[in-house]
Amino acid sequence: MKLVKEKLIDGDGKRRDGRTFDMLRPIKIDAGPLKNADGSAYIEWGNNKIMVGVYGPRELQQKHLQEPDRAIVQVQYTMASFSVEDRKKPGQGRRENEISKILSEALEGVIISDQYPRTAINVFIEVLEAGAGTRCAGLTAASVALADAGIPMRGLVASCAAGKIDGQVVLDLDKLEDNIGDADLPVGIIPTTGEIVLLQMDGHLSDLEFEKAFGLARDACMKIHELQREALSRKYFNEGESPKEDEPDGEVTS
Amino acid sequence: MNPTNVSNNDRKFVLPGDLLGDEKFRSGSGTYGRDGKIYASRIGILNISRDFINVIPFSGAYVPKPGDSVIGKVIDNGPSSWMVSIHSPYIALLHTNDVQPNIKYGETGKFLKAGDTVLAKISNINEIKKIQLTMKEHGLRKLDDGQVIHIPHSKVPRVIGKGGSMISLLKQNTDTKMFVGQNGAIWIDGEPGDIERVSKAIRMIDERTQMSGLTDMVREYLEGHENNEDRDDTEEG
Repeated sequence: MKLVKEKLIDGDGKRRDGRTFDMLRPIKIDAGPLKNADGSAYIEWGNNKIMVGVYGPRELQQKHLQEPDRAIVQVQYTMASFSVEDRKKPGQGRRENEISKILSEALEGVIISDQYPRTAINVFIEVLEAGAGTRCAGLTAASVALADAGIPMRGLVASCAAGKIDGQVVLDLDKLEDNIGDADLPVGIIPTTGEIVLLQMDGHLSDLEFEKAFGLARDACMKIHELQREALSRKYFNEGESPKEDEPDGEVTS
Repeated sequence: MNPTNVSNNDRKFVLPGDLLGDEKFRSGSGTYGRDGKIYASRIGILNISRDFINVIPFSGAYVPKPGDSVIGKVIDNGPSSWMVSIHSPYIALLHTNDVQPNIKYGETGKFLKAGDTVLAKISNINEIKKIQLTMKEHGLRKLDDGQVIHIPHSKVPRVIGKGGSMISLLKQNTDTKMFVGQNGAIWIDGEPGDIERVSKAIRMIDERTQMSGLTDMVREYLEGHENNEDRDDTEEG
């Protein structure tokens, strides 16, 4: 299935965009850009541009889906028809359904859902521009949006992919590397505990290569976690110059 | 922890997953315990009272507590009860037994209809978060006229202010009646111009929650605006 084999890594070990094997693409995260959502986040990661909105927890109207002891997490991953080079047919296909499902499961592992029985937490991941690694970028942004919505979580989720191109294990594949590379390994972890919430593999990696790729992705998740923290701190902690002094106690009644 | 999150006057900001303390403490609201350690589960300010570690959250859904006064909107009426939206994940139920007038079976529409606004109190919540309201206490009533605006419920203490300072400032500077529900719904009644000014002042409180000198800013806004309006009046006259 491979097309013309293009060189992805040059003699100096540099990739086409000048990155070395262990470098991420530039990442920018913004917390809370949507006013009418309960929580939101926007992420730019290389060429990826993704908006995430979180609504809820809210009482599930489809009673058969309600869980009497906890909230359920419903993720909807959507790609805009203009997000890729050839116009994408709108609507949910096999790929969207798969990503929505694995991301729901990844987030269910981190949300403390027993405080909101019978409800749903809706996460809408809208890919405006896609350039490889949208599920990782979407998951990273979704966890920022959930924190913004004030939903109790065991920690933030950071996610990043590693892969293999030209026989070498590298971090964070871009579009061409993903298309003609040998393997892709998206990883999502809770950086504060080290738990894995997402792990998929496309292509072939040997045991050793897998260990190396996973290590690269895990280290990158730690860096991404810092960016997530910065984005949330910017919104909540640096608004205005200094915090107000006459903090009224939280129990005031009307 | 991350030193950038520590503010200068002992208020420590935390993010989900931050380690807050060990087994010497007990896990309070906004936190969870794991392997004897306590971690934050929400964004907020760290608060330690006695041996409990709490996080006072900045955002999040309103979870009703018995005894809270809330402002809700009737969305439906059954033969002996009403469904009331109280801007919480759950819809509340108000039974005919819990209102002042004696309502006959099937005649709920005579007292409250869909779209009406009520000031009610949470009387009970069960394990699966079915919420019951009551309007039988003094002061609880149907709110005619006026407008309802919404703010995040975590900012309700700000609108009320220390010892009610902010709310009395709002009331004094405008000729309005106000109720602030614990669910973040605020009912305002008065002249349209006054409602507008109070709404804007509340938006200001909502947006600038973290700023110092908020009360002064609001006072300045309200008084400044009043002067402008006075001038307008004289010009017209």
